Amino acid sequence: MSTPLEHDYIGLAEKKKIPSSSSSSSSSEDGKTFKETELRLGLPGSESPERKPLSGVSLSLFGKLNNNNNVMNHHVHVAGAKRGFSDAIDAKWGFSDAHGSDSDLGKASALFSPRGAGNVVGKPPLDPKTISTQQGNTINTPASASQAIKESKPLQEKNPQLPATNEHASAPASKAQVVGWPPIRSFRKNTMASNLTKNNDEAEGKPGFGCLYVKVSMDGAPYLRKVDLKTYSNYKELSSALEKMFSCFTIGQCNSPGLPGKDGLSESSLRDLLHGSEYVLTYEDKDGDWMLVGDVPWEMFTDSCRRLRIMKGSEAIGLAPRAVEKSKSQN
Amino acid sequence: MECCNKRRMMKESPESNFMNRRGSSCFPDEVLERVIGMLKSRKDRSSVSLVCKEWYNAERWSRRNVFIGNCYSVSPEILTRRFPNIRSVTLKGKPRFSDFNLVPANWGADIHFWLVVFAEKYPFLEELRLKRMTVTDESLKFLARSFPNFKAISLQNCDGFSTDGLAAIAADCKNLTELDIQENVIDDKNDNWLTCFPESFTSLEVLNFSILHNDVNFDALEKLVTRCKSLKTLKLNKSITLEQLQRLLFRAPQLCELGTGSFSQELTTQQYTELEGAFSNCKNLNTLSGLWVVTPQYLPVLYPACANLTFLNFSYAPLDSDDIAKLLVHCANIRRLWVVDTIEDKGLEAVGTHCPLLEELRVFPADPFAEGDARGVTDSGFIAVSQGCRNLHYVLYFCRHMTNAAVATVVQNCPDFTHFRLCIMNPGQPDYRTSEPMDEAFGAVVKTCSKLQRLAISGLLTDLTFEYIGKYAKNLETLSVAFAGSSDWGMQCVLEGCPKLRKLEIRDCPFGNAALLSGLEKYESMRSLWMSDCKVTMNGCRLLAKEMPRLNVEVIKEDGSDDSQAERVYVYRSVAGPRRDAPPFVLTL
Repeated sequence: MSTPLEHDYIGLAEKKKIPSSSSSSSSSEDGKTFKETELRLGLPGSESPERKPLSGVSLSLFGKLNNNNNVMNHHVHVAGAKRGFSDAIDAKWGFSDAHGSDSDLGKASALFSPRGAGNVVGKPPLDPKTISTQQGNTINTPASASQAIKESKPLQEKNPQLPATNEHASAPASKAQVVGWPPIRSFRKNTMASNLTKNNDEAEGKPGFGCLYVKVSMDGAPYLRKVDLKTYSNYKELSSALEKMFSCFTIGQCNSPGLPGKDGLSESSLRDLLHGSEYVLTYEDKDGDWMLVGDVPWEMFTDSCRRLRIMKGSEAIGLAPRAVEKSKSQN
Repeated sequence: MECCNKRRMMKESPESNFMNRRGSSCFPDEVLERVIGMLKSRKDRSSVSLVCKEWYNAERWSRRNVFIGNCYSVSPEILTRRFPNIRSVTLKGKPRFSDFNLVPANWGADIHFWLVVFAEKYPFLEELRLKRMTVTDESLKFLARSFPNFKAISLQNCDGFSTDGLAAIAADCKNLTELDIQENVIDDKNDNWLTCFPESFTSLEVLNFSILHNDVNFDALEKLVTRCKSLKTLKLNKSITLEQLQRLLFRAPQLCELGTGSFSQELTTQQYTELEGAFSNCKNLNTLSGLWVVTPQYLPVLYPACANLTFLNFSYAPLDSDDIAKLLVHCANIRRLWVVDTIEDKGLEAVGTHCPLLEELRVFPADPFAEGDARGVTDSGFIAVSQGCRNLHYVLYFCRHMTNAAVATVVQNCPDFTHFRLCIMNPGQPDYRTSEPMDEAFGAVVKTCSKLQRLAISGLLTDLTFEYIGKYAKNLETLSVAFAGSSDWGMQCVLEGCPKLRKLEIRDCPFGNAALLSGLEKYESMRSLWMSDCKVTMNGCRLLAKEMPRLNVEVIKEDGSDDSQAERVYVYRSVAGPRRDAPPFVLTL
């Protein structure tokens, strides 16, 4: 059983042995030499038999480690590497911006795809937790590493230390780097991106997707109202706002003792009404279930609330037992 | 013609003399043409034309539609010479990987010269369907002027035109029945084009402008929809609100295919009810799409119309699993479903539960480049669909990882796949449970699905995958490969093993000259081969071009790249010879 390799932040193996990565055809157990842990460049997708796979844990700056990548051999750009990101991409892919490709080549922020610890095919993957903790010791934060990369100097296209890059096909370091991958048409990509943004925007303050303007119905009232949940920050505020809103509807419906006549139905009377068991405040959540208001934290409530209903006590059986009991006791 | 000879010998009758004079054909030409004219299938017509000279002629005179899968495989002159009576032309231009930015701009496939020839030879042209072609406003204006009977134009993944071109079509094509603009790169200049349809114009049956991003002139649209009583297909763009949709549906309850606008506007109760009513009035609706920007609360307005739906395209609507589940309860008749992976596995379970008649499923990623805790759909969702939807024969599935076992289970549940396109979005991703390559997954697919016509593979793959494909995929016509394989042997297996292979597109694989040249004999029976970022060199390409003069071997050269490498190679058969319109970066060898 091999132990995970400890790496410094540029992915060079230092001390321990780990199983090396390989294709199904070849598997090698060694690979501790410096050369094998070097940065490699080349075309993605190949596992040429003659090539000794790079062993070691490659790092994902985004904290997600994929243990199972054999083919993507360590196309790691990290701080300290002499090669600038955009130069690496230009050299590898041969693009200039003049061609106006839609690719994400310019995205310096998304440099890395998850890299895995080397694995021999068929052997169980390395325990991700182990690697993560090791990684945690040595790795830079994504922000600083990206920053470091942007500042690093360009490397010559063909590093004399490396084997001929054109023979090997290793996948590029990150999904975002690869032109036209995943294979989704630009129209779809752009539309989805803007749709997601729009949905998020709407969740911010506009009505619709974030369940913010919600209808409020009160049993027996001739029409509904709407409230913007975002204007309140806790249940108390919501409750008093609703009380104000619906005070005019409770005329003639209340039968709690102690209420004045039709005129001058006060807020406090309504509150008594609401808390005094005649009515229960409920809401419909995303799943379509009717829930009692007040159980979950306010934020969670605003996220899931679709509409509000001020329910008559008689219907609230099972939902708010205390309220019903109160009603019974008062009558 | 055995039967005719026998009859001649057996009876000396006027009929047999008649037949004698006509040579080997049993029928007068007119009859033959009439009979062969009824053949619709391209393959049948092709077979028929090979029987004998009379049949060849009958076929060519009676043919009304022609489909050209690669616009450079034939020239307009050759086409018009052979088929004099064409009314409908379908042309495909750029290689498919141009959809993914692998083909530089201005590569070619311009329709204009075709139109010039058609204007002379096919003045009665009625339909033009283009995919991945370059179409300019000038060409559209020329089209509108040159063909008085013109009825239908469909542009898919085309580029080079603007709404001015649409305006010309609207204004001048008096008999237009179809204007279908799909996923094109279009310059949306203004909303006036809709006003260009004359007041007297009423023949429209199909209108699709869903890709335009600007507002359209709603007033003009409403009037148009009102007076075109035969309108069957209406696909709106994002700018159309729910309220406007309701008004349009009120005018056109006969619609069969609807693409909504944005599905998120704050509606009053009254408006909500009216919209719901409008949908329940659409008794003929079988296709629903659009829903750009959805407010899930309004989805219930669709429920009354869902029972008859057979095609649901929600591929731009990022719904969650609950929303889709609630909707699908009403959609028992769905045959084709396109969704976004925000529905996750739970949403796919709902698909399996509620849509037993499903034949086609496409799951697109909401955020392909999401890092970290990105979700989407996985192997369990895939299995869930296959368990519930046994008629599934077309799948396009984007996921972040997959297992061999899951794919094997899926094809066991659904052995009738004709199109299997699995895209594991991380290049070179192995089976995430066993860390093995995904060879066995695709091995299971080709072994089990004997009817497989189209396959797209992904994940960590060695030559073994290609061995399987070559050995078992005997009906395979289209193969898409990316980041796969170990050596030339892989590609050789496919070229040698798949007799029906027509289109092979490869990117970022370790296939070199040996692989390329192993297909020397094969390429003439194929439509095309694309290889990009592989290990092919210029010399290899030159050798291929030299050995096979009837193939066009083209290399797309980028500036600053290694002169000896052939980064992007496009090989295709052609009777038209090398391209006359190739831009400087396309080298024809």
